[in-house]
Amino acid sequence: MNVKLSLTVNGKAVAAEVDPRTLLVQFLREHLRLTGTHVGCDTGQCGACTIHLDGRAVKSCNLLAVQAQGAEVTTIEGLAAPNGDMHPMQAAFKECHGLQCGFCTPGMVMSATALLKDNPKPTEEQIRAGLDGNFCRCTGYHNIVKAVQSCAAGS
Amino acid sequence: MYPFQYHRPANLAEATALLGKLGEGKALAGGQTLIAAMKLRLAQPSDLVDLGGIAELSGIRADGDAIVIGALTRHADVAASAEVGKRIPALARLAGSIGDRQVRAAGTLGGSIANNDPAADYPAGVLGLGATVVTSRRSIAADDFFSGLYETALEPGELIKSVSFPVPQRAGYAKFANPASRFALIGVFVCQEKSGAVRVAVTGGGNGVFRSAELEKALAASFTPAAAAAVKLSADGFSGDLHASPEYRAHLVSVMAGRAVAAALG
Ligand SMILES: Cc1cc2nc3c(=O)[nH]c(=O)nc-3n(C[C@H](O)[C@H](O)[C@H](O)COP(=O)(O)OP(=O)(O)OC[C@H]3O[C@@H](n4cnc5c(N)ncnc54)[C@H](O)[C@@H]3O)c2cc1C
Ligand code: FES
Ligand code: FES
Repeated sequence: MNVKLSLTVNGKAVAAEVDPRTLLVQFLREHLRLTGTHVGCDTGQCGACTIHLDGRAVKSCNLLAVQAQGAEVTTIEGLAAPNGDMHPMQAAFKECHGLQCGFCTPGMVMSATALLKDNPKPTEEQIRAGLDGNFCRCTGYHNIVKAVQSCAAGS
Repeated sequence: MYPFQYHRPANLAEATALLGKLGEGKALAGGQTLIAAMKLRLAQPSDLVDLGGIAELSGIRADGDAIVIGALTRHADVAASAEVGKRIPALARLAGSIGDRQVRAAGTLGGSIANNDPAADYPAGVLGLGATVVTSRRSIAADDFFSGLYETALEPGELIKSVSFPVPQRAGYAKFANPASRFALIGVFVCQEKSGAVRVAVTGGGNGVFRSAELEKALAASFTPAAAAAVKLSADGFSGDLHASPEYRAHLVSVMAGRAVAAALG
């Protein structure tokens, strides 16, 4: 039996009826067409699907859409300013070349913004530990860490 | 994932009533274990009773000489709690060492101990501190709660409400984490109770969390890292897999126990 779901996504109220099996990432990508959130592993390991649920970074492939009932969800599409200016973390990734193929990037940026919210001035070690749940198969993490450091220094 | 009926009760009474009448119903907490099991069709509940809307299951409060943590409290909230950090810092650190940031933001204390994964962290903290698991029906001492691999004393339809952790004199946790999953290859929780009695709980051995009588005896005589490290455990009863042999795991217990005692002594 379908379930009525209402939540806020990137500041907009969303109401839908979903099969309760629908994963949150499926709901975002297939129902709302917000395809910036990626699926890398579908097993809760890689972090490509990271979004913010009530302000916290979570893996949207490892949650049911119905678990976001009444919640505030932010995806990578919701980070930039309404006029299109990049979020400082997005700008820092661009500036520091914190990406190569870009597949992991939305998840990295969502984790990194959550990290700085909890700890605005992290050490390099804290950044590496804080991004533990996000895999990048291209960059070797070096420039990703630099991007987070640069964003933290600028804020 | 097989289809199921979804329920979102507003309070505990409604949740237990639902689970009581639904045949193959299961509680859903953070979903960090259960959803993966359902995707793989290892779990196929007819009904899911989502505890996410039950406010009374979340939160951390002091209760005399104990800290009571609601079953639905996220790992991240235990890790960040000033109360836990001040009175049982080893437990806050344990919670902060589970998985990664995203897992800690979703996973819950109740889900972790109900699941009783043989490499999970919380079972070591609950058993090591001699905590009490409070359910919808009764109070269960940690020594009676964990009954084997993924097995607990919980009966069908019984829900964990909270866990009451007695504040110890000192405690420490050290884990040798699997570098990929962060689950414990071996994790050791040591605790010196207010009475002076020593408890040592080991996770990651392969057959479920257990107390080590050898380590408890050695640490009761001398609560020092050297005393812990001097204990040599037999590899019998430890499991071997591609990550570690039984001998390596048995050896790690003494090493982690030494580090846990050092952490407890600050
Ligand atoms: C990538 C990854 C890494 C991880 N690393 C670690 C780690 O390093 N250490 C570690 O310990 N764990 C780790 N975990 C597991 C994590 O801690 C989970 O949070 C935990 O195992 C389950 O908690 P949950 O709230 O998500 O429960 P769920 O998945 O929702 O439920 C798990 C089980 O518990 C039952 N249940 C839930 N709540 C209750 C309740 N109140 N009463 C009775 N039964 C209940 C459910 O019915 C189900 O059977 C990891 C998980 C992932 C995905
Ligand atoms: S797709 Fe969700 S963690 Fe990999
Ligand atoms: S940039 Fe390719 S996976 Fe990270």
